[in-house]
Amino acid sequence: MMNKAMGVVNLIHETDELESLTATRCPATVPFGARYRLIDFILSSMVNSGISKVAVFAHTKYRSLMDHLGSGRPWDLHTRQSGLFVLPPSSDQIHELSRGDLYHFYQHRDYFQRCKLEYVVVTRSHMVCNVDLDAVIDYHESQNADITVICKKQADLLGGKTRKVELGEGGRVKDMQDHFGNMDSDVHSMEIYVMKKDLLMDLVQTSLAQGQDHLVRHAILSRIDRLRIFGYLYEGYLGVVNTVEAYYRTSMDLLRPEAWRELFFRPGPIFTKTKDEPPTRYLEGAKTGNSLIANGCKIEGTVINSVLFRGVHVGKGAVIRNSIVMQNGVIGDGTQLDRVILDKESQVEPHRDIRGTAGLPFVAGKRKTI
Amino acid sequence: MGQKEMIAMLLAGGEGKRLGVLTKDLAKPAVHFGGKYRIIDFTLSNCMHSGIDTVGVLTQYQPLVLNRYLGIGSPWGLDRSDGGMAVLPPYVKSKGGDWYKGTANAIYQNMGFIDRYEPEYVLIISGDHIYKMDYEKMLEHHKSTGADVTVAGLEVDIKEASRFGTMILGEGTRIADFEEKPKHPVSDVVSMGVYIFNWKVLQKYLIRDEADRKSSHDFGKDIIPAMLEDDISLHMYPFKGYWKDVGTIESLWEAHMDLLGCEPQLDLGDDDWRIYSTRHNRPAHYVSPAASIRESMITEGCVVEGEVSRSVLFSGVEIGEGCHISESVVMPGAIIGAGCKVYRTIVGENAVLEAGVVLGSPEGTEIGVVGSDEKIARNHSLQEVQQP
Repeated sequence: MMNKAMGVVNLIHETDELESLTATRCPATVPFGARYRLIDFILSSMVNSGISKVAVFAHTKYRSLMDHLGSGRPWDLHTRQSGLFVLPPSSDQIHELSRGDLYHFYQHRDYFQRCKLEYVVVTRSHMVCNVDLDAVIDYHESQNADITVICKKQADLLGGKTRKVELGEGGRVKDMQDHFGNMDSDVHSMEIYVMKKDLLMDLVQTSLAQGQDHLVRHAILSRIDRLRIFGYLYEGYLGVVNTVEAYYRTSMDLLRPEAWRELFFRPGPIFTKTKDEPPTRYLEGAKTGNSLIANGCKIEGTVINSVLFRGVHVGKGAVIRNSIVMQNGVIGDGTQLDRVILDKESQVEPHRDIRGTAGLPFVAGKRKTI
Repeated sequence: MGQKEMIAMLLAGGEGKRLGVLTKDLAKPAVHFGGKYRIIDFTLSNCMHSGIDTVGVLTQYQPLVLNRYLGIGSPWGLDRSDGGMAVLPPYVKSKGGDWYKGTANAIYQNMGFIDRYEPEYVLIISGDHIYKMDYEKMLEHHKSTGADVTVAGLEVDIKEASRFGTMILGEGTRIADFEEKPKHPVSDVVSMGVYIFNWKVLQKYLIRDEADRKSSHDFGKDIIPAMLEDDISLHMYPFKGYWKDVGTIESLWEAHMDLLGCEPQLDLGDDDWRIYSTRHNRPAHYVSPAASIRESMITEGCVVEGEVSRSVLFSGVEIGEGCHISESVVMPGAIIGAGCKVYRTIVGENAVLEAGVVLGSPEGTEIGVVGSDEKIARNHSLQEVQQP
C-alpha cells in the first residue's frame, strides 16, 4: 500500500446546484446512497488506497461536516501519527471567504510544509466514485507526469456538471474547459488531481503572485502547454452529484444491482459514520421491490424503486415510488409519494399525495412537516 | 485509580456445547444475534446504560474472535482511562496457573483485579443471555433490602423452571431456598444468572470455596447454597421483561422469532435502550423487483431477490431468485443460491447453499443448522446437514 501521498478534499467554491439540499450544509455532507454523505466516497477511496493523512478544506456551512467527520474514526483516520485535519477558512472576513482555493491553501501552507509526503491528491467531494488512487500514482510516475487528472469517459452524466477534457496521444491533456464551455467531449474531469506537493506549493505561490487564485481554472488551465498533464481514465462507477437532477437520477441509478456492487464494493468498501440502528423490520403488509433500504427502518407499506435512509418509518398502506426518503423520515398511513426527495427528519401526514415530475422531483427541506 | 461503587464481572468463557456447530470455533457470547449483534452486546450495552464504567470480561474458550471483537470496549463507551473494559483470560502465576475451573473460580482468580477498584458491590453477569436490564435499579433494590446478595429473578412457566436455578421465597423478596436445575421445581421464579454481591462477603466465600476440594466452583451450585446455609441475607430482585438464555439451537432460533411482528417481544429499536455493537460497513440492503419480504428483519449489505418470510437476515446475506426462506435465521455473509427452499433453519456465517437446495420442510418442527463456512450441494442428503 502506498504511503507517499496526502489527500486534500477541497470544498472551496465547490459547484453547488443542489438547491435546498444544501440550504444548511455544504455539498460534502449531502446524504446520499441510503446511508452515506457525499464526502464518504472520496474519503474511503483515499483510505482504501493507503492514504493516511487527509486535510479537508472546509469553506462554508461546515457544521454538519465537523459533526460527520469527528475524529475520522470511521475511516481509520484517527491514528496517532497522521490522520484527519479539517481546515476551515483562517478568517471570517467576507472578502477573504470569496477568494479562491489557492488563497486558502496559502493560508494553510504550514500544514503542507509540515507534511513530509511526496505527493498530494487534491479532490472535490461531489464525485461519487470508488477509485484506487494507488494505481493512479503508479500511472502518474510511469508517465513522468507533472499533474495527472482522473477522467471518466461517460456519455450521460445524469445531469451532473463537470469540466470536459480533450485527451491527445498517450493520454496527454490537450484541452480542458469548464462545464459551460462548448467543447464536445465525453471525457469528464473527476476533479481529482495528483501532483508533487512541491509543485502544488509552487503553483500556489506563483499564481497568487500573478493575481490568480483558483487552482484549476487559473493555475492548471493556464499551464496545459507548459506542464506534462495527463488524464487517467477511471473505469469504475461515477456519479457527479452537484445538481438536484443529478442527485435524483444518480440515486435512482444505484437501484441497478451492477451499479450497487460496483460503487460500494470495488475496489474497496465505503465507510461512513456509524449509527447504532437495528436492522430494518418488515411488518405485515410490507411490499418492496427494486429498492435500497438502510438499517433502522420500519416498513408497513409499499416501497417501489426508492431509496430509504436509516430510521425511516413507512406507515400502513403508504405507497412510496421513485422517491428518496432521508434519515428518520416518517411517512403517514395511506400517504402516496412519487418522485419526491424528502430531506432528513421530514414528516408526511397520513393520506397525503405528493408528486414530482421526472425532470423535477419534489424536494422537501430538512425537518419539514407536510 | 478511583474507588468504584460497583464494577461488573462478565462471564464470557462459556463453550456453548449445546449450540453445536455454531460454537465450534467461537465462544458462545460471540455468537451472532439479531441481524447485526453478538450475544455479548446485550450485557455490555446494559452495563453502559446502567452507568457501569468498569467491566472485567472473563474469557476462556475460543477467545480469538471474542477478544478481537471486544477490542478496548469503545462501542460500549468502555474505552476509559479510569476503569473501562479489561479482558481477563486465565493466566500463569508464579506458582503455576490454572484454567477457570468454574464461574466462581474465574472470579476468585481475578480478585486482584476487583480489589484495584475497592468496590462496595460486584455485579456478576453472564455474556450469553439476551435481555435489556437496568442494573442500577437492581442495585437500588439491593441497598433498600440491605441484602448481602441479590439475585435477579424472573417468573417463568413452571414446566420450564427445571432448566434453571429456582428460588423459593420467604418473607418479601428474601430467598429461603435455591435449587439448581431441580427435577421437580416447586417455584416458578428462576435465577437469571445476574448477581449483586457485597464484595467483602463474596470474597470470603470465594476463598472458602476455593479451599473446598469437592466444590465445582460454580455460583449456582456452590456459592449461593453455601451462603444460604450460613444465613447470609439473600434477596431476589424481581425482573419484568424479556430474558432469554440462548444456550440451545431451539432457544437461539426462538429468540430470533421473538424479534419479528408488529409488537415484537424483544424490541431492538428502543431509542432509550440501544444495543451497541462494533461498526459495520455495508451499504443499504437491496431488494430486487421480484423479491417479497414479509414479517422479517433485514440488515445492511443484504441482497434479496427471492421470497423471505418470518426470518432474520444478518449483514451481507444474499438470497437468490426464486428462493423461499421461511422461519429461518441466516448469519453474516451466507449465500443462498437461486431456487433454494429453507424452512426453520439456522444457516451459519459464510455458509453457501448451492442453487436448488432444500432444507427442512414447511411442516417440520425440528430446527436445522448449517455450520459456518459449510457448503451444501444440491443433491445433499438431509443427514449431511449437521444437527446439534
